[in-house]
Amino acid sequence: MAVLTYRDALNAALREEMHRDENVFLMGEEVAEYNGAYKVSRGLLEEFGPRRVVDTPIAELGFAGIGVGAAMVGLRPVIEMMSMNFALLAIDQIVNAAAKIRYMSGGQIGCPLVMRGPGGAALQLGAQHSQAFESWYAHIPGLKVVMPATPADAKGLLKAAIRDDNPVVFIEGEMLYNMKGEVPDGEYVIPLGRADIKRAGNDVTIICHSKTVAPALNAAKTLSEEGIDAEVIDLRTIRPLDHETILASIARTNRVVVAEEGWGFAGVGAEVVDVIQREAFDALDAPIIRVHQADVPMPYNKHLEKAAKADATKIVAAVHQVCYRN
Amino acid sequence: MEVTQAPARAKRRGPDAPFANQYHAWLRTMVLIRHFEEKAGEAYALGQIGGFCHLYIGQEAVAVGTLAALRPDDYVISAYREHGQALARGMTPRSVMAELFGKATGCSKGKGGSMHLFDASINFMGGHGIVGGQIPLGAGFAFAAKYRGTDQVSLTYFGEAAVNIGSFHEALNMAGLWKLPAIFVIENNGYGMGTALKRASAITELYRRAASYGMPGVEVDGQDVVAVKQATDDAVAHARAGAGPTLLEIKTFRYVGHSMSDAASGTYRSKEELDSSRQRDPIVLLEMRMRELGMLDDDSVKKLEAEVIEEIADAVKFAEESPEPEPGALWTDVYAPATT
Repeated sequence: MAVLTYRDALNAALREEMHRDENVFLMGEEVAEYNGAYKVSRGLLEEFGPRRVVDTPIAELGFAGIGVGAAMVGLRPVIEMMSMNFALLAIDQIVNAAAKIRYMSGGQIGCPLVMRGPGGAALQLGAQHSQAFESWYAHIPGLKVVMPATPADAKGLLKAAIRDDNPVVFIEGEMLYNMKGEVPDGEYVIPLGRADIKRAGNDVTIICHSKTVAPALNAAKTLSEEGIDAEVIDLRTIRPLDHETILASIARTNRVVVAEEGWGFAGVGAEVVDVIQREAFDALDAPIIRVHQADVPMPYNKHLEKAAKADATKIVAAVHQVCYRN
Repeated sequence: MEVTQAPARAKRRGPDAPFANQYHAWLRTMVLIRHFEEKAGEAYALGQIGGFCHLYIGQEAVAVGTLAALRPDDYVISAYREHGQALARGMTPRSVMAELFGKATGCSKGKGGSMHLFDASINFMGGHGIVGGQIPLGAGFAFAAKYRGTDQVSLTYFGEAAVNIGSFHEALNMAGLWKLPAIFVIENNGYGMGTALKRASAITELYRRAASYGMPGVEVDGQDVVAVKQATDDAVAHARAGAGPTLLEIKTFRYVGHSMSDAASGTYRSKEELDSSRQRDPIVLLEMRMRELGMLDDDSVKKLEAEVIEEIADAVKFAEESPEPEPGALWTDVYAPATT
């Protein structure tokens, strides 16, 4: 087991899967000669050559569509988006083609594609570069949506995403790339659709994913000093959503906070809350509280930006609310 | 600009000999498409076909001429006016008509409909409903062929209105940049829904757009199936040789409205214009040629018509009698079957 950054864990997953399967290739802006805008693809051009590590023009719709086409005829493209904000230009190909080809063709043609890149906010990148779009993709039947929060999960989930026969939207984070952690060597594949209990606890369940996992764990630490034992569930896969892990936790804790980076309106948390109210209504001892970005475009000013983002302080406050503590 | 890449108007070349043995088959397919579409129009009016339905009447030589130039292992993809191409590629009238009727026996099990005909067994990679959306997919098939080192080509159909959307520009740029084995076919029937080309495009000689993407651009008479076949042969040879893509602007007419919900003429085009376009009917033109060559007479025309009418009647009967999809079909084919 080596200590790797999240970035290098992704790099290891790509390298291993490209060795394993000749059909896997990486395509996107600056992935080859520049070694990746965030260096996720560092060294891959040298190792695999320009046939399998393909620099593209700035044309997200076009190269996403070329990836979808290649996947329809049996290749396994990994399409890197420099930012999920730019992937909005490509969303027609993902939603109208990738997600529906299998259904529209009566099951004849699949689309084993991974579209990956950083989503959500970093620091002071302003309104157009700070958006979390996972709920947009998770809304679409036919897609899977995966969001690792740790280096080990990044490796294990990317390997699973590449091997999956469905189109997978794999959302990373600029603020996660430098995170270090232990990562199993070699064959380490985490099945999609399974949440992970990042911290076990009995008093309250904090459900989170991606960049809200670290603040949730920090919040849990603070809460433990107050005598509140929080369980932290990292969804890891947004679609399909792991109902079982969520419901099993709530059966013990009876109190829930749902945290996410993006906006609340029609967000991932809204779906999680719906599942809970339908399937665990009687287990709840308090209304569920959600923590999410303020319902405004992301401001540039650092104080305003901090005020807009979900963080550990806001999660702690939400837990106090569901535990009726002030 | 390299001379070999200069856009050009294709002139029909030479004698009939290389293709004449295929004329009967082409004529039959064009007549089949014409009758199929007329019957589909009737079935739509009767409520047997729902949704949107875009007919191919008038454009038959484009599908037949282009697809005659492909091998079975090549890839074909189109937009939503694709019944004719599906039939010309080799899908059966039964399979297509049953899909239009939404039946379980349809090519897409009744889940696709008129705009989403697929047959993976002959690499017919679908009808697609978002204007221009299929163009990058077609480039993607060509990318895959090149990646694998096969000599397959990918042929992508779209209407002339699609040249103004970003997917056209992005896909053709990358296809030209990477010399992908692709043939991009503009079926220029003059109107994007009700908008005449000159009201939508800054230039109306669309084959000239190829110059921006470093590929040959060729204007083709789409009413002449032989000219279409010749131009596509050239493009296919170019692609198989590794020389990259070609843009074909195939000029044609649709005799009918954009879809079943608008009249053939009266609002955005005049009856006179429509009547004049019918003067160069692709089926009549091929018939005349074959008669000149002594390959066709009144009896053989009658026989062919009778056969085709029977085949289409059989397709309609098959579609009518086929079962609806099982209720459980609603939930299948969303995701790949679990492999573990």
